[in-house]
Amino acid sequence: MALLEVDDLRIDAHTELGEVLPIVKGVNFEVARGEVVALIGESGSGKTTIALSALGYTKPGLEFAGGEVRLDGRDVITMPPDDRRMLRGRNVAYLAQSAAATFNPALTIGEQVTESAVLHGLLTQEEANRRAEALYGALELPDPDRLGRRYPHQVSGGQLQRLMAAMALCGRPDLLVLDEPTTALDVTTQIEVLKAFKKVIREQGAAAIYVTHDLSVVAQIADHIVVLYAGEIQEMGAADDVISRPSHDYTRRLMAAVRPPPAAGQGEGGTEAHLRDAPALEARKVNAGYGRRPDGAPAMKVLFDIDMAIERGRVVGVIGESGCGKSTLARVMAGLTPASDGDILLDGARLGPSVGERTRQELRSVQFVYQMADTALNPRQRIDELLGRPIEFFLGLKGEEKRRRLHELLEMVELPPDFAGRYPEELSGGQKQRVNLARALAADPEVLLCDEVTSALDTIVGANVIELLKSLKERTGVSFVFISHDLSTVASFADEIVVLYAGRVVEKGPVDAVLSPPFHPYTRLLISSVPELRVGWMEEMMATSTAQAGIDRVVTITEVGCPFFDRCPLAIEGTCDTEIAPNRPIDGLVSDRHVIECHREVPELMAWSQS
Amino acid sequence: MMWRMVLRRVGIGIVTLWVVSVLMFAGTEILPGDVAQIMLGQDATPENLAALRGALGLDKPAVVRYFEWLGDMARFDLGMSLAGTTGSGGGGTTIEVLIGARLQNTLLLAGVVAAISVPLSVALGLVAAMFPTSPFDRAVTFTTLCLVAVPEFFVATLLVLIFAVQLNWLPAIATMREFESVGQMLRSMALPIITLCVVLLAQMARMTRAAVLNVMSSPYIEMAILKGVPRRRIILRHALFNAIGPVVNIIALNLAYLVSGVVIVETIFAFPGLAKLMVDGVQVRDMPLVQACGMIFCATYVVLILISDIASIVSNPRLRHPR
Repeated sequence: MALLEVDDLRIDAHTELGEVLPIVKGVNFEVARGEVVALIGESGSGKTTIALSALGYTKPGLEFAGGEVRLDGRDVITMPPDDRRMLRGRNVAYLAQSAAATFNPALTIGEQVTESAVLHGLLTQEEANRRAEALYGALELPDPDRLGRRYPHQVSGGQLQRLMAAMALCGRPDLLVLDEPTTALDVTTQIEVLKAFKKVIREQGAAAIYVTHDLSVVAQIADHIVVLYAGEIQEMGAADDVISRPSHDYTRRLMAAVRPPPAAGQGEGGTEAHLRDAPALEARKVNAGYGRRPDGAPAMKVLFDIDMAIERGRVVGVIGESGCGKSTLARVMAGLTPASDGDILLDGARLGPSVGERTRQELRSVQFVYQMADTALNPRQRIDELLGRPIEFFLGLKGEEKRRRLHELLEMVELPPDFAGRYPEELSGGQKQRVNLARALAADPEVLLCDEVTSALDTIVGANVIELLKSLKERTGVSFVFISHDLSTVASFADEIVVLYAGRVVEKGPVDAVLSPPFHPYTRLLISSVPELRVGWMEEMMATSTAQAGIDRVVTITEVGCPFFDRCPLAIEGTCDTEIAPNRPIDGLVSDRHVIECHREVPELMAWSQS
Repeated sequence: MMWRMVLRRVGIGIVTLWVVSVLMFAGTEILPGDVAQIMLGQDATPENLAALRGALGLDKPAVVRYFEWLGDMARFDLGMSLAGTTGSGGGGTTIEVLIGARLQNTLLLAGVVAAISVPLSVALGLVAAMFPTSPFDRAVTFTTLCLVAVPEFFVATLLVLIFAVQLNWLPAIATMREFESVGQMLRSMALPIITLCVVLLAQMARMTRAAVLNVMSSPYIEMAILKGVPRRRIILRHALFNAIGPVVNIIALNLAYLVSGVVIVETIFAFPGLAKLMVDGVQVRDMPLVQACGMIFCATYVVLILISDIASIVSNPRLRHPR
């Protein structure tokens, strides 16, 4: 008998209007002991809802409508509530997408990790503490003996994600339910967490349901794959088979949306004609940070001497892990966070450091597109109001002209005109992101600052948004600053790449040049951390010196020396940690505008990059 | 970090009090008529008006009088009443004496009401939040909604009608004369206590329920459910801790209202409290008295809100345990 048997499972949603919508429409699959089964599909496919049913739980508004979910032969849907409560945390444990939101901010980590095992009477508090410490060690968390007394906000995001695994494993459950546990993470953190999960799942002999939309991640961890679409199974089978020989059309579409690993040859290539004019937007020796010291300098410095230029009609991708200053850079350009030193230039003319010091025309020229369309769009305003306001404010259009511009905008982002009368909540995630883009385009800007605009979207939806951005670029000639922690996305859209690490530009240049040797050691770490769609990739990756030096370390901002020193396989003690690295121009075939900031000489970097 | 924020709050509290003192002084200054006119009434001729104003110090410029008053206040010297209260004869009584007994009464009433209503309402709100949409929750929600909507004078009048007039169990007025026992005193104060409890209880229970329910929708509560944590523990350990900030805030605002905002209830029950004293002071244009009462009310608000701010700072683990 399999550990978990899902038998003709049906789950309905009850809307506020009293309608009943089927969300899960008769799903059958099994999870054997010690096996990892991946549920993949885009949002709305019902994958999280199905996974949660293993705990006998439905989100508010959903209801079991039929079928059975048997854990060890007992149906968890119909069992008495108290039995079900005893099951949770003891036989089956849940790991959520965002550890930052699932840890209670007011309680210590130790209490939350051990709580379930102690409450269920599996261990005494004393035993549970010891078990937690052993798990911290197995998950390679720092300071295992003191970690339990700390609070969630005192550890890093990647550590918290691994701590959630400790919380789930403390009661030695037979089955783990992992709900997109690496989706919100940087590529380097994702590997760190995946590696830890894989190791403990194997060591503890637990079975797992792994929910994700990312096939490359699935390839690293799953034994079996279940492909879902609209609450129905499209295809299932052994991981290797599904990935190498997908039989269903939808699986092939999912695979096609997986971007190839970043490599040279994807960039648009430079036409020198662009370079004669002044850049559309330029940053010169920009320094910025948060807080204010008495001498006027920021209390916490985030950006150091940033130099970069966005040529007219070009896309500059800004890449780096979270905490590297990507969003701050965009905020400085938009004037939301004034630079403490240095200049931002629009068409060669100096811009005021803060929005208050910029003219309406200058504000119109630089527009911001936020990551979360959900929070950026006022839920109480219809789409025509959301878009109408900037049209009126920046372009001074009214009445019929305004209406025409509105329809033009909707058409530009490929939404039907009748969307004008809708509210944001009536739209899907991808559609909201399109409205979010249209809102920025409404001002008829020269530069769009896009901050992680595809990060919250599914693979397929995200790929469609990138296609849209490409067509907008062709059509309007607008320039882009495209910020992302996803190197493959940046490589597929940008003309140039700026690699940011701990507030410094460590490498910049045309896409092809940045993605081919010589690499800055940090760029190489980022490139090699992007998961590949094949089984066994992660093990190979972890064996490299780049990964061993760079994975599982946090970004530390420093004012002396090269900030990457502590993660660099090429670091030179006594030099890299004390002196700021020199800028080394690389004479390449593609362009001479490729620069690496490193203490190592170019030939050394070249030889290492090709090794 | 945490102590710096606490100090900052205390600083802001002091500045708020100062701003209030300016507004208070300016406010009483622009009221039409002054105490000299009221005292002289129909005998007012320009000459004796000017003489009386000179004697009372009302002829000095407003700025000078403000700083004299502020200096006295800072030394807790509330000054002399210009008129005395209605019924207590002419001016010359110190405001301290006038306020002293009244403040005692008010604090006694507020204390008893707080001691009953705060624990009761927090418990009601918690239990209602623990079982949302249960019959108990619906009953609490419905009753409190009704009580919040009914004005306090109506509740007071109704209680008098039932308990004093019809049943004749309790006295209709609470005069606070000499008492022989605590029981007798409480009996005399029973109706104002019940009235205020009903009004506060409804508000605080509703807000506690809302604050806890808000926390209950967070992902970490769902996580606790999925960890198999019993409902009672989820509420008391996981939710309540995070709801402390808003709940303390609600309690502070309601307690401040008990000290300063109960003039209607005091009037109905002829309860000799501070709020009524202030209204009487306004009627006879006894500015020093009005200003002193005003400052006491404002100080109560500022101190209670300061306490609730500090409580939410201290209950925030991010501030208590910096990185």
